[in-house]
Amino acid sequence: MPEKNIKSNYEPKIVAFFCNWCTYTAADLAGVSRLKYAPNVRVIRIMCSGRVDPQFILQAFASGADGVLIGGCHPGDCHYAEGNYKMLRRFRLLKRMLKDLGIADERLRLEWISASEGEKVKLVINEMVEQVKALGPLAIPQHLKNINEELKHFPGEEIREEEMAHA
Amino acid sequence: MPEKPKIGFYWCASCGGCEESVVDLAEDIVMVADAVDIVFWPVAMDFKRADVEAMEDGSILATMVNGAIRTSEQEEMAELIRRKSKIVIAYGSCAHMGGIPSLANEFSRTQIMEFMYQESPSVVNPDKTRPMTSVKHNSFNVTLPEIRNLVRTLDQVIEVDYYLPGCPPTPKLLKDAVLTLLSGKLPPKGTVLSPDEALCDQCARKDTKPSDLSFKHFYRPHAVLLDSTKCLLSQGVVCMGPATRAGCEALCISANMPCSGCFGPTSRVRDQGAKMLSSLCSNIDPKDEDGIDAVLEDIPDPVGTFYRYGLASSLLRKKITEDM
Repeated sequence: MPEKNIKSNYEPKIVAFFCNWCTYTAADLAGVSRLKYAPNVRVIRIMCSGRVDPQFILQAFASGADGVLIGGCHPGDCHYAEGNYKMLRRFRLLKRMLKDLGIADERLRLEWISASEGEKVKLVINEMVEQVKALGPLAIPQHLKNINEELKHFPGEEIREEEMAHA
Repeated sequence: MPEKPKIGFYWCASCGGCEESVVDLAEDIVMVADAVDIVFWPVAMDFKRADVEAMEDGSILATMVNGAIRTSEQEEMAELIRRKSKIVIAYGSCAHMGGIPSLANEFSRTQIMEFMYQESPSVVNPDKTRPMTSVKHNSFNVTLPEIRNLVRTLDQVIEVDYYLPGCPPTPKLLKDAVLTLLSGKLPPKGTVLSPDEALCDQCARKDTKPSDLSFKHFYRPHAVLLDSTKCLLSQGVVCMGPATRAGCEALCISANMPCSGCFGPTSRVRDQGAKMLSSLCSNIDPKDEDGIDAVLEDIPDPVGTFYRYGLASSLLRKKITEDM
């Protein structure tokens, strides 16, 4: 049963944006504490969850991520006072908008993880990997490639990117 | 006398407003008509596809194509025009970013066909007739173009040299573009021919925009009495100005209506909708989930609000569905 095999071997790709002051430090702590968690997450360190432009999240999905995880400081603890609230507000609307665009709820997650919560990093990542695995691949690049086969020629994104560089 | 430069106009999936905007040049159209030869303009003059096919490759200086690309015919025409023209300009929001037609990318082709030809309350179609690409009728083979699965921007189908943004572009932008073409001093390929700054920078109400916006409610323009001198965002109306390119001279705002984003983003922004969502949400007043959600309830359709003119050119381009 090759199909089943593919599904059980499927390993989701998750892009994580972790705040320098809390979740990234917590992930470090998880590391030095030798906590084991799923290797599916590609962590990007940012200075504040408030720096996560919704464009980053959409770009991650558009580039083939199956899930996006954002880690920030607990409410009231932001190093820059308000950044995590800004993220929370964007997150609430982005969730709704992504649902309208056919992207399941579990694929985007925001968690408050302080620098001392190495264990929570492990739990959140493991749980999210399991949930996204159950959903199966999102595979937007492949999806668009399949649709573009209906075109005679499909320069598509390459041309746009090239032009963006000149704009 | 040397031959005048040749110009063409063509339309794809669009409403016709872009064609109107050419006529809106008013007296200046005489200037344009004097300076160039219009060799192809199906909406106004009698040209057929065969006339274009007969032209030499690259013999048209510039063709302005408006409308998104939805059908196989539009794709073929775009490719034909690309071959015959030195410069192709995506004219108007639909060619530039997909426009309002690209909101159809929220639905699959099957869903659209089922609704338009069956489920819509005003449709009577007991035989379940559907548009076919080819059908035998009285021993004739009758054909129609194929509807593609996706609404595309012009530059997702052919190479585009320049973009004239707007729904529709203003006569001033068109006139400036024609003068630029005739001057021979061409900007870098890919340039959007409109100032590369946010609309807020050119808005007459700029000085009344508070530095600390704080939204407790959003109002739709018809549901609130708007002060015609104050920043619309400060009055709780979703105005796309911060995430939209300037160049329209704030036409809608001068009519006391908010910007809905037809000029697309500036060159620093890849995804206009995401950027506007970011800007707007950052300035919501409450800090708790329930409070935030209560304010956001006033935006019932985020995709239609933030991507009104550009779902096709957004990062995701479409709703991700199983059946297409």
